[in-house]
Amino acid sequence: MAEKQLVELEEVAIRFTGDSGDGMQVTGGKFSESTMLAGNDLSTLPDYPAEIRAPAGTLAGVSGFQIHFASRNVHTPADQPDVLVAFNPAALKTNIADLRPGGTLIVNQDAFKKRALARAEYEENPLPELHDRFNVVELPLTQLNRKALEDIDLGSRDIDRCKNFFVLGIMYWMYSRDLEPTQRWLRGRFRGEVREANLLALEAGHAYGETTELLPSSYQVPAAKIPPGTYRNITGNTAFAWGIVAAGVQMDRQVFLGAYPITPASDILHEVARYGHFGIKTMQAEDEIAACSAAIGAAFAGSLAVTCTSGPGLALKQEAINLAVMAELPLVIVDIQRGGPSTGMPTKVEQGDLPMALYGRNSDSPMPVIAASSPGDCFHTIFEAFRWAVKYMTPVIVLSDSYLANGTEPWLIPDIESLPRVSIPPPPEPENFQPYRRDAKTLARPWAVPGTPGLEHRIGGLSTEENTGNVSYDPDNNERMMHLRDQKVAGIVADIPPLEVVGNEQGELLIVGWGSTRGAITSAVEAARADGLDVSRVHLRHINPFPANLGEILGNFRHILVPEINLGHLPRLLRAEFLVPAEVMSKTQGKPFKVGEIRQRIDEILSPEDDS
Amino acid sequence: MATPAAQLTRKDFTSNQTVRWCPGCGDYSILANIQRIMPELGMSPEKVVFVSGIGCSSRFPYYMDTYGFHTIHGRAPAFATGIKASNPDLSVWVVTGDGDGLAIGGNHLLHIIRRNVDVNILLFNNRVYGLTKGQYSPTSRIGMKTKSTPLGSIDHPIDPLSFALGAAATFVARTVDVDAEHMRYVFRRAQEHRGTSFIEILQNCPVFNDEEWDELEDKKQRIDAGLRLQHGQPLVTGSEGRRRGIRIDSGVPAVIDLGDGSDISTADIAVHNEHHHSPAYAFALASMARPNFPLPLGVFRAVESPTYDGMLEQQMEQAMELRGAGNLRNLLHTGETWTVK
Ligand SMILES: Cc1ncc(C[n+]2csc(CCOP(=O)(O)OP(=O)(O)O)c2C)c(N)n1
Ligand code: SF4
Ligand SMILES: [Mg+2]
Repeated sequence: MAEKQLVELEEVAIRFTGDSGDGMQVTGGKFSESTMLAGNDLSTLPDYPAEIRAPAGTLAGVSGFQIHFASRNVHTPADQPDVLVAFNPAALKTNIADLRPGGTLIVNQDAFKKRALARAEYEENPLPELHDRFNVVELPLTQLNRKALEDIDLGSRDIDRCKNFFVLGIMYWMYSRDLEPTQRWLRGRFRGEVREANLLALEAGHAYGETTELLPSSYQVPAAKIPPGTYRNITGNTAFAWGIVAAGVQMDRQVFLGAYPITPASDILHEVARYGHFGIKTMQAEDEIAACSAAIGAAFAGSLAVTCTSGPGLALKQEAINLAVMAELPLVIVDIQRGGPSTGMPTKVEQGDLPMALYGRNSDSPMPVIAASSPGDCFHTIFEAFRWAVKYMTPVIVLSDSYLANGTEPWLIPDIESLPRVSIPPPPEPENFQPYRRDAKTLARPWAVPGTPGLEHRIGGLSTEENTGNVSYDPDNNERMMHLRDQKVAGIVADIPPLEVVGNEQGELLIVGWGSTRGAITSAVEAARADGLDVSRVHLRHINPFPANLGEILGNFRHILVPEINLGHLPRLLRAEFLVPAEVMSKTQGKPFKVGEIRQRIDEILSPEDDS
Repeated sequence: MATPAAQLTRKDFTSNQTVRWCPGCGDYSILANIQRIMPELGMSPEKVVFVSGIGCSSRFPYYMDTYGFHTIHGRAPAFATGIKASNPDLSVWVVTGDGDGLAIGGNHLLHIIRRNVDVNILLFNNRVYGLTKGQYSPTSRIGMKTKSTPLGSIDHPIDPLSFALGAAATFVARTVDVDAEHMRYVFRRAQEHRGTSFIEILQNCPVFNDEEWDELEDKKQRIDAGLRLQHGQPLVTGSEGRRRGIRIDSGVPAVIDLGDGSDISTADIAVHNEHHHSPAYAFALASMARPNFPLPLGVFRAVESPTYDGMLEQQMEQAMELRGAGNLRNLLHTGETWTVK
């Protein structure tokens, strides 16, 4: 056996690709888990087809999972994988363009037969020609796996389904990973022969890596320096679900979640539905209108109410949300944005709903809008949304997107004690009770819940008289109430910490981002600054109201660039609000920004030619 | 201090808001009888919530001195479901119109009924859109001429009770705005029923569809035009000498002339039974339309079935029992975690 070398690397990005039936999401998920346990910082991006069962082996059926890990901080799943694992020709065809030149391509040679090539619309085997550009490792994976499992009493189809664990075993060897966590998971997950088969495949793959001449080196990415504490892997949607649970616990109120299934928001409903023992009630309604309406009903009845959806669902909910604005009831609306317009690209990313969140209702309907910027951040963002909702008696929209919803990152599990305990004001005294008498400071009206003696009152969507809450068509009253609702939401600014500029406080270029673009912007700005460029960044969590110092910050820069996964929404707001020349950087391919794309734009703006 | 429920009167359920329906509108008497029945049912105002959509009828909650929510067009059932799910101790009443409940809100009405949420639904059927000034509605008769149908409506109308029965409603009744006593009887029955109680109230809109229900509102005519349902009693109606009975054969009702009505036993007249497990019998009754049949009034169907809010509560208790009260710290630490020192 040839001597193998162990190479130390600072960072690696790997993309696993195969047919939807090849188990790429599990493979990527398990690899992430063991990477985290090895102490690397990481970021992942699952990418699956919109069709549930696209025909096997076709281009439409390709599923992928990218993971980027390093011994330093990682902000994105990486622009280009260093390693591409392709289980079939279709996976190769749809992904090879992304592989870094000179990168490693690992393919299942056995899958490159005539029929499979035809299904992937290849006229001839593309592998020979790729050796010039990449380090191509052709492995007879199907054969190797069958051989390793020959004593297992399963049909050949079941045996073949284990080959993703064979490959995972190889990758574990390549990146010096411990098999133990995955073995433990397999033991818990499967039974009988299937369990044995998968365990055996994993070990056989690992052993194969150790011995084969085809893989001369293995790699070690040292642990990253990350803040101390207990970590776990979390997706944005799970973080939302747990944030909802946490809000109920910390506010000591029953939670009610009304939802209608829609990609990519359904997982929040699925996850929250498991927590009946926290006193949480969930309802799968007949549509989004009903989901939102039921949630508002629950809020009226005293529950912490939440409804989650994606763009098409938000469009349906708007009339009900507007009622919550008018009735001044606490409600949290989660919108996991996806590619549009209309049904668009349901599993792909877009930040298309900001104008709809801000302005998608008839009349002036002011409502706080906040946006999560990483999977783990979803937890804290929704918690904050609940605090605002009950403190200010208002619906609050929380924006996320499919990239955050399904992406994972290591998450520092918050200390329960560090979470704010929110005490909801007790119901008002029946003496002189008025349903719309406002708190002098927050302008919130009291939350007077049915069942409380002496506080009987009526609310609704008709123009409401100040204090009494009675129906009123008085012109002056209507105008006063318009302003009061507006001031109430604007006043939330008091709860928003000043925005922090990363980089110089003033200078040539400021990049303004919101939501899931944070990782790519952070990496691009870090790299540009390391090269001595005068670029700073801010990232907005609070979009309505804006942080109080945003205008001042914007005024300190010559150029303002807003990378957004839409045709340019936030720049319009910034221009209108602050009269600054905010520039659009748009992308609408259903994919997140690459670091390189933003970096290139920075270079263009700051290049001397631009200055002349 | 709240007055003990036993001593409350109609006044305790009457808000200080001026009622703004047109003079002569059927809604007035429905409101008066709801306000009257509340203390009779031993209700406490703080436990009662009236939820409505949009329409003339949907102004109703403003006039009740209880909790009330005037929501958006057609969606009251969904709001009510959220309220009841959130707090099953409340007595929730949904007020809707034929447009609100069966046009824009048909879907939600279907779903609240099939879920058997423990609420009482009052559908004010004036067979017209009142608030928007007189367009035809899903219950309007074919041929009805309105501003939006100058050549006459070509939509086949839907019968509210058939709709409710199609959704397997556990309590279905019909009453009429001018008959105070009958209304209160039906309201009482609805409140006593656990599950969705669906009541169609024939309501006159003197402005846009006057006299729509004349033959059932007029005391003399209604003896022949209507059929009072009474559990255990044969389906027989009509004035002296014009007695008629209903025979149901293969699920199809037929009118049998009984003359003076002295001998109904040989005529095979159906005996009213509210508790048939199958909704088919009630559906046969609901299919009896004017002018071919006398219009049944009263409780069509009242059967027991688990309620949505009851089952939801039960599930929570079971989850609690099975897994113990949730612990946030444990939740956040489930599955693989690792500690960085
Ligand atoms: C979304 C929406 N569409 C339309 C309307 C206008 N609108 C208000 S009430 C109504 C019809 C009401 O008819 P019905 O339910 O029969 O009530 P009635 O006035 O007859 O009691 C319509 C179309 C509205 N308020 N909201
Ligand atoms: S329009 Fe008809 S239904 Fe509406 S208040 Fe007037 S009479 Fe009553
Ligand atoms: Mg009507």
